[in-house]
Amino acid sequence: MAIAERDATGRMGAAGASGEPDVPGRGARGSRRKRLRRDAVLLLLMAPGVAYFVLFHYGVMAGNVIAFKDYVPFDGLWASQWVGTANFQEVLGDDAFWHAVVNTLWIALLQLVFFFPVPLALAMLLHSLTRDSVRRFVQSVAYLPHFLSWVIVVAVFQQLLGESGLLNTVLGDAHLHTVDVIGNPTAFKPLVIAQVIWKDCGWGTIIFLAALSQVDEQQYEAAAIDGAGPWRRFWHVTLPAIRPIVVLLLIMRLGDILSVGFEQMLLQRASVGPDAAEIIDTLVWQRGLVQGDYGYAAAAGLFKGVVGALLVYAANKVAHRLGEQGVYR
Amino acid sequence: MTAVGGRPVWMEKPKPLTQAAKGVALAVTVLLVLVPFLIIVSTSFASNKDVVGGGGWVMWPEHPTLRAYREIFDGGIVGHALWVSAGVTVVGTAASLACTIGLAYALSRRDLFGGRPVLLLILFTFLFPPGMIPSFLLVKSLHMLNSYTALIAPFLINVFNLVVLRGFFQSLPEELYEAARLDGAGEWLILRRVVLPLSKAALAVVGLFYAVSYWNAWFYASIYLDSDHWPLQQVLRTYVIGGAQLADTSAGDAGAVAAPQTIQMAVLVVATVPIVVVYPFLQKYFTKGVLTGAIKS
Repeated sequence: MAIAERDATGRMGAAGASGEPDVPGRGARGSRRKRLRRDAVLLLLMAPGVAYFVLFHYGVMAGNVIAFKDYVPFDGLWASQWVGTANFQEVLGDDAFWHAVVNTLWIALLQLVFFFPVPLALAMLLHSLTRDSVRRFVQSVAYLPHFLSWVIVVAVFQQLLGESGLLNTVLGDAHLHTVDVIGNPTAFKPLVIAQVIWKDCGWGTIIFLAALSQVDEQQYEAAAIDGAGPWRRFWHVTLPAIRPIVVLLLIMRLGDILSVGFEQMLLQRASVGPDAAEIIDTLVWQRGLVQGDYGYAAAAGLFKGVVGALLVYAANKVAHRLGEQGVYR
Repeated sequence: MTAVGGRPVWMEKPKPLTQAAKGVALAVTVLLVLVPFLIIVSTSFASNKDVVGGGGWVMWPEHPTLRAYREIFDGGIVGHALWVSAGVTVVGTAASLACTIGLAYALSRRDLFGGRPVLLLILFTFLFPPGMIPSFLLVKSLHMLNSYTALIAPFLINVFNLVVLRGFFQSLPEELYEAARLDGAGEWLILRRVVLPLSKAALAVVGLFYAVSYWNAWFYASIYLDSDHWPLQQVLRTYVIGGAQLADTSAGDAGAVAAPQTIQMAVLVVATVPIVVVYPFLQKYFTKGVLTGAIKS
């Protein structure tokens, strides 16, 4: 799992083999006590960070016991009654939960089909530009929306496409039919995809551009000399070069399929209604933080967390099986 | 790279039609990003006359005015929220950077005492992010509700940023450390005098990532803080997306007040400007491969 593992052993082995003399203060593994004293400053440096992970990650993780309890705020977390798996049974028997699951998967699938290829296409277009200045300019502009908050993105879409927004004002002035995009459950899913494309398609090109720039220029040259036209070069040189990264990203996206833009959904849930916009995360928010049903919400959240972790794990396994690098080793 | 900015000799001359199609695609991409901004900025500077004349929307204000901005900065909700956001961003970024540097630096040592298990425990949190409900209950039990600490402490270190920085520290040549150690420098001195000055690019990227995430945060503000403590993005959410009236602008006679649309757009601009201002600095580093190198590792 550790990204470090391989280089760690590699490096240490190399240092041992070369038989370097001990540098004062560091060097070969001494007794525990010696190492502890040697690393005292480093351990002090990392203490605040470690404390953070202990409290806000592992502390929070421990708080998941609430999913097995009938939480009464007055009694507190530890004094509340254990109820076994009652909360989970309630969640799994709840139509609203399954509706949220279906919505989540549906949106994730739509994103996979309609969003995923767009950055790839844009990256190819950018990569094919021969003038660097043009490419940099387009890149700079296209990355920008990634850094705007979802609040701003949703507000911009609302202002431009809303009932009294720019588009409808223009259409109205031209005596054309106005369109009903914002707050319309039928149009919601395409709208969500459009927002994701607007916000993140530029940013998504980064990783593809990195892969494209790694392709050896000589391969193109050799192919061209052998008479391969642009399409054949694309098919036989470019595609094989970026296949690993495309496969990796696809698999990782599948592993993360239970998360689809919580903030984006929550911001628009009120205007289109839960029927169209409820995903697992917004259901947890609604049931737990709005209605105060902490046991149900924590159980739904934990269920999602565990299944999500298993999916990421499985996705990595598949990636390795296919001979690709996963997110971790 | 072959001849900078030119077409390699082996590549055939592109067909005019292909060139045209590419040009159109690029132009559309750029316009789709920039035109919404232009309209929003223009509307925020528009006078009431412009707004009425344009049917609510302005591409280019004929009679530009700062009235909307004056109104939102004249104390009141937006002015306060702006201070909250600025404060949380500055304090949060400083705290996050300090803690991330300390942890990343210690973990970049391959033979650190206890380094391996700590790293594994941290990477595991990537697989299993903290849940919303237990997070809320923890923050509540720590008496952080309605305190700005609640917007910083639970988000102090981002695992991705940590991995980026640790990778960068590890990429520095080992000889550097050895030379400093032979000169008798302790860890603290090495970090401050040798490592940090060499890591400016990585620190800039990570710092700006933190700053952007603190500036953009709104959800946890909405559940941890009451409306007197809200940062700008949450105010923007309520008044622009939610469509609520800004209490302090609805007073007074209608003629003297800027159109609500103008005010909303001005709030939107104020929330966006800091991002657009820091963006060129951030952008400079993307091309340098600081990130792509880290992502790959």
